Amino acid sequence: MKKSLRPTAKTLWQLFLSTLYISAFTFGGGFVIVTFMKKKFVDELHWIDEDEMLDLTAIAQSSPGSIAVNAAILVGWRVGGAAGIVIAVLGTLLPPMLILSIISFFYAAFASNRYVALTLRGMQAGVAAVILDVVCGLGSKVVKEHSALSIALMLCAFAATFFFKINVVFILLAAALVGAVKLLVIRLKEVRA
Amino acid sequence: MTLLHLLWSFFQIGLFSIGGGYAAMPLIQSQVVDQYGWLTMREFTDLITIAEMTPGPIAVNSATFVGIRIAGFPGALIATLGCILPSLIVVTILAHVYYKYKGAKALDTVLACLRPVVVALIAAAGLNILRHVLFGDGAPALSSIDWIGAVLFAGAFFALRKFKTNPILTMALCGAGGLIAGLIFRITP
Repeated sequence: MKKSLRPTAKTLWQLFLSTLYISAFTFGGGFVIVTFMKKKFVDELHWIDEDEMLDLTAIAQSSPGSIAVNAAILVGWRVGGAAGIVIAVLGTLLPPMLILSIISFFYAAFASNRYVALTLRGMQAGVAAVILDVVCGLGSKVVKEHSALSIALMLCAFAATFFFKINVVFILLAAALVGAVKLLVIRLKEVRA
Repeated sequence: MTLLHLLWSFFQIGLFSIGGGYAAMPLIQSQVVDQYGWLTMREFTDLITIAEMTPGPIAVNSATFVGIRIAGFPGALIATLGCILPSLIVVTILAHVYYKYKGAKALDTVLACLRPVVVALIAAAGLNILRHVLFGDGAPALSSIDWIGAVLFAGAFFALRKFKTNPILTMALCGAGGLIAGLIFRITP
């Protein structure tokens, strides 16, 4: 494990602003927010390394609750311990709570507004581009490892979720099982040697 | 008493919705509409539409929406707290285990198998959004393609890959592009 960052007031403030900013502008499911977090905390601030971010995503995805909140808890913990968790969760919750409070008063006007709908549709195209950009980077790294198992796992998982709509929790469990079997094989070889 | 019901109800929603937003929807409906009658089915459908159009997880959006309607702002706070409480407990424990045993060979072998899978899951999520942008809810066909969405996507993707533009700025520009193009071509969304 990398040496934990000391949660100075400046770090916590930056964590709060980052989660607030990411949460306010990411529409759609949990994977959207995870890609934006990767861009911010891995590529820009270098607080977390890339493999670690993928591990945290797997944990966030297979735990109960929303992925965005789970990811905020994990990133907060990593950056600033207990204080980090409180700060990151607050940053993640404030924008949706504020926006929903306002919208619940003006729902009818908001939903039928043409300008709002057009803007939101355009933004969706941008979201797709951001996610697939991150995927290109991560995917090419997996391919460069030249591990047949990793590539096979990636392709099978993609087919399982995209074409067969299998629950992602089962896909993650199956991959963990493959890992356990691999571990067993390694141990058996060691015993024989 | 109402606040306690809100807390308990959204605690269950948080605890049993594993796998993100769409897994939470049927659960929210059973608690909020069927069991407590806090929302009518019509209001619940509206809520899901709002949740999809605004940032934030569906469970948190629902907690705020239902909480405000039932018990004002304290209701929103209590319901939101209820729905994140299971996450706080479970994820904190898992984070502790992860950092304690990270570097141990057993955990690393298993995680090495999970990483490519996570990449695949993110790819599928991105492609599903792209499909929705290009073809809406209908079946993919060249005749029904949304050209504005396609151009915005291609431009944004190129800018991100080639020039590493800021992702949130890129997305905001796409929103502006969608609005301007929609007004020029008189599109009714």
